[in-house]
Amino acid sequence: MEKHSIAHLEDICSQVRRDIVRMVHGVQSGHPGASLGCTEFFVSLYFHQLNHNSDFNMDGTGEDIFFLSNGHISPVWYSVLARSGYFDPKELTTFRKINSRIQGHPATEENLPGIRIASGSLGQGLSVAIGAALAKRLNNDKGTVYALMGDGEQQEGQVWEAAMAAPHHKVDNLIATIDVNRQQIDGPTDLIMNLLDLKAKWEAFGWEVIETKKGNNITDVIAGLEKAKSLLGKGKPVLNLLHTEMGYGIDFMVGTHKWHGIAPSDEQLATALNQLEETLGDY
Amino acid sequence: MEKTLDTKYTYTEKKDTRSGFGDGFLEVGRKNPNVVGLCADLIGSLKMGAFQKEFPDRFFQIGIAEANMMGIAAGLTIGGKIPFTGTFANFSTGRVYDQIRQSIAYSDKNVKICASHAGLTLGEDGATHQILEDVGMMKMLPHMTVINPCDYNQTKAATIAIADHEGPVYLRFGRPSWPIFTPVDQKFEIGKAWKMIEGTDVSIFATGHLVWEAVVAEAMLREEGISAEVINIHTIKPLDTEAILASVAKTGCAVSAEEHQLNGGLGDSIAQTLSRNQPAPLEMIGVDDSFGESGTPTDLLEKYGLNAENIVKAVKKAIARK
Repeated sequence: MEKHSIAHLEDICSQVRRDIVRMVHGVQSGHPGASLGCTEFFVSLYFHQLNHNSDFNMDGTGEDIFFLSNGHISPVWYSVLARSGYFDPKELTTFRKINSRIQGHPATEENLPGIRIASGSLGQGLSVAIGAALAKRLNNDKGTVYALMGDGEQQEGQVWEAAMAAPHHKVDNLIATIDVNRQQIDGPTDLIMNLLDLKAKWEAFGWEVIETKKGNNITDVIAGLEKAKSLLGKGKPVLNLLHTEMGYGIDFMVGTHKWHGIAPSDEQLATALNQLEETLGDY
Repeated sequence: MEKTLDTKYTYTEKKDTRSGFGDGFLEVGRKNPNVVGLCADLIGSLKMGAFQKEFPDRFFQIGIAEANMMGIAAGLTIGGKIPFTGTFANFSTGRVYDQIRQSIAYSDKNVKICASHAGLTLGEDGATHQILEDVGMMKMLPHMTVINPCDYNQTKAATIAIADHEGPVYLRFGRPSWPIFTPVDQKFEIGKAWKMIEGTDVSIFATGHLVWEAVVAEAMLREEGISAEVINIHTIKPLDTEAILASVAKTGCAVSAEEHQLNGGLGDSIAQTLSRNQPAPLEMIGVDDSFGESGTPTDLLEKYGLNAENIVKAVKKAIARK
């Protein structure tokens, strides 16, 4: 996999953010907030970290594979998959429209390259990632399995079933990341259902926990992912607490839960696009 | 009554269908190295111990965490594994419906959901564990195949067959010791109804433990001069509508029999098939919109109207409506 300079990765982030707001605006639905917040993470993952092949095969034999558990942030994933060669970025125009492969939430039913399981109903992705990691172990496949969850998603009970199982089965080819943006649909996580100390909780469950304090800084995100990778193969799964800002990159969307799941107006879109350089060409 | 049974289907031994699953699972594990097992703290009840002992690296104890088990099973398919999950039928369905719906059915993953202790014949544990809605839940899911074999031999054959079937499967079996009346060397064809006894006056479509009750009922009816055709519907979805319609075209009426709610079960599917193609009288044996209770399997089947005597009554009603 070709490695890119930080400056180039930042350029990709700018284009991905344009894609996100244009997709959501185009159909007046979707989830821009955490998509924007996780842009650096997805770009770092697909353009730097993953050993992957855009000539998609479901089993991902010999590759690193990624699962998105909080499926509602599909816009950022679709943009990054398209921009890294899984399908033509032009197809992003069909997001959430009828007869499209680009469903509201990620799905396998329409055979969109890059997607290995449906997600959207929260709390399921980590379990799936554990299963895929166990399959790699059985197959003597050295690839790593990655998963992303939301912080609000930590309120789902299944997450903690999975948290208990991975260390028990010594799944040490798995890096799970939590997008800690401290927001959920109804407001701040502290007020809706307080998550308290996620680091202490995951450590108590037997995970190796690292923190990426600046989740919207490419250099820091890459450093976090590389640190996480260095901890693999030692009998424990690795958890990465990725601190991000919801809506990052667009001044009127940043830092609030209000843009979790609503689309910008024409005027707001124009304002947003003025803040984001078109670096790779709009789809 | 058993003296008059069709000689093809007498029995000398009784065994639980879950043991058919356990023995079939071990056999398919030896045949196919991609077969793996998962269990939620019920290895003994599911008879998965022999597989676990022989293939410890291919078996995952998940603890009392069924939702996680379904997700891990879905993930194992990515990499070519064929996971068989094992727990009670109520924890295999209602408890994990959303996980099955999204991660297995909608994602079309090659997971075999193996569910024991289904229905009233679970017995003394009572209604919390006696799921009677599982077939309905599973048959509603697109991509899902639903199988409910009738005895030890058929359950073993079905367990082996589903490993070669690509796609999600719900395999339902049970706890009670039950007559072994089908051949040991049977070929199990998913989706293909099995005409066990030919008849001309009524078609009895039965699934699971109630196939045996249907065989007994046929003998009782024969003594009264009524010729019943007994068809074993081991695969509820996809339903062998061709076999059902051909039989009813000949007999002119039907009875369904299952250890399940009438709502959402096999009878429901047969009613749809008949009303959409060739309407004919149908009587349905099953639980009529109530929960079960504690008791012996035999007492429960009698109290809830799910035994051979009740099938005989239903047959007479169906014939009278022709």
